[in-house]
Amino acid sequence: MNVRFELDRVGMRYGDAQVLSEVTLAFERPEMVALTGPNGAGKSTLLGIMAGLRGGHGGTCLLNGRAAGEWRRRDYARVVAFVPQSLKLDFPFTAEQVVLMGRTPYAGGLFESPGDWAAVRRAMEVTDTLAFRERDFRSLSGGERQRVVLASALAQEPRALLLDEPTTFLDLEHQVAIYALLRQLARDGLLVISVTHDLNLAAVYSDRVVALQRGRLVADAPPCDALSVERIRQIFGVEAEWLRRSDGKAWISYGN
Amino acid sequence: MAIEPVTAGRAARILGVAAAVTAAVALLTPLAGPASISLPKAFAGVWPDAQMFFGVRWPRTLLAMLCGGALGISGALFQALLRDPLATPYTLGVSSGASLGAVAAICLGLHSVAGLPGLWVSALGGAGAVLAIVLMVAAEGRRMSSFTLLLAGVTINSIVSSLIMLLHNLASVGQSFAIVHWLMGNIDPVDAGTLGWLAVLILPLSLGLCVLARQWNLMAVGEEWAASRGVSPQALLVGGYVAGSVLTAAVTAVTGPIGFVGLVVPHALRLRFGGDHRLLMPLSFLGGGAFLAICDTLARSLLAVEIPVSVVTALAGGPCFIALLRSRRRSLWL
Repeated sequence: MNVRFELDRVGMRYGDAQVLSEVTLAFERPEMVALTGPNGAGKSTLLGIMAGLRGGHGGTCLLNGRAAGEWRRRDYARVVAFVPQSLKLDFPFTAEQVVLMGRTPYAGGLFESPGDWAAVRRAMEVTDTLAFRERDFRSLSGGERQRVVLASALAQEPRALLLDEPTTFLDLEHQVAIYALLRQLARDGLLVISVTHDLNLAAVYSDRVVALQRGRLVADAPPCDALSVERIRQIFGVEAEWLRRSDGKAWISYGN
Repeated sequence: MAIEPVTAGRAARILGVAAAVTAAVALLTPLAGPASISLPKAFAGVWPDAQMFFGVRWPRTLLAMLCGGALGISGALFQALLRDPLATPYTLGVSSGASLGAVAAICLGLHSVAGLPGLWVSALGGAGAVLAIVLMVAAEGRRMSSFTLLLAGVTINSIVSSLIMLLHNLASVGQSFAIVHWLMGNIDPVDAGTLGWLAVLILPLSLGLCVLARQWNLMAVGEEWAASRGVSPQALLVGGYVAGSVLTAAVTAVTGPIGFVGLVVPHALRLRFGGDHRLLMPLSFLGGGAFLAICDTLARSLLAVEIPVSVVTALAGGPCFIALLRSRRRSLWL
């Protein structure tokens, strides 16, 4: 089954603040999308709407032709998985129990089926989290936690994976590792949309960059077009320069 | 320390042991008391053992077990819903509402309403009123979240508590004694009919809460987490709050507020068995029941006079709990 998002003039107000207006976009095939823009541009709101977590928006946001409200919640959760910026737990759940929760949309009873366990094992293998599956989630490092949360989303066996700044609290090594994994997942047939402030991660790992500014869509193109020097100045208000590394790959330098 | 995943086999094993222990407590606690009873004689129907066992002490044990179970399971539920390990069945004001109703009945000399004891009816009325007000305030204007629920519940709890103090202040000396006695919480013997309607209310509700264990797991992590895994956090929040409140109100109406069971029992079990509600919910019910039955036995047999069971739950439960905490090498499982 393929996945298709069609957003038509999507808007959202919080009180007097218009955080999103007239966003028209489509995602029609598995690819790696970076969703970027300055603070307050409406990135997380847009992602939340697509994840079915925020109602009350204007316009339409259709997943495979149906609005989130027309889906049964658990069917929606089998197609779309959401990864928050970070997860804080107040109670003792093991890493494996956190991943197991991703199987709730498939629950037929009180306990997991062999199929559920197989999906959990696959998700933990891909994210390299099996080694600490029996440890308390709260005892894990930030990088390990984020991989566990990603594994829980993958255990939902979704067709689309939406991530809200998944690498904000991670060190460089883990940032790169997560993005490399996300790109691989996209190659394997998953639509991956990740909010990020890191233009280099966006440039290097994504197939497509969507940029918002003050709630409006201002760019939707491959990285080299969407993140041109003029666009970066216009969207983020900083001077940038595309440089070439010794191995021939491009990167963006910004600020002075 | 590694905690194993909760599989059907492991759950059956652990719950089987817990049920056996609880059954043993149910059979043995009625034996304690001023007159000694022989268990074989009681079951053989020999007088007076059978009459004392089945007529007097056994119903009291069953009442303690039902009430302790309801408090234990609603404590675990409220802790999950509010994502607050310090939440208790009393955090959101329902028991204060019941207390206000009971205190009002005492002050007004309300002995019976429509053939039922006035105290209970009034207590249930107070609890129902608080439940409705909290829900209305928490949902006001926007969608309810655990935060608005907590805010509304805690605020209304303190308003109701001060109303109780006001009534107490206005009461006569005789009424004042009855009020203090009620507010301390007591397992007073009740007739079979009361026991029956308590069981009809508590057992199915508790079973229903256990069946929803995977949903409480999601809610214990977060509302967004739950929503992105295919359940409705709004429905679970409202449903859980109402179910937990009905349990708490029913218990409070009969026994008054008995502290500590709903806090310490789920905590202790979580330390040992982890956070998965598929084990935690049924274990909190069984454990809460056994704990309160034991505490009530101590309360009526330690001294020549009966001491309030709330005193025992805190005096026995507190040190045990601290010992349990200290015995853990890692404080992480708190």
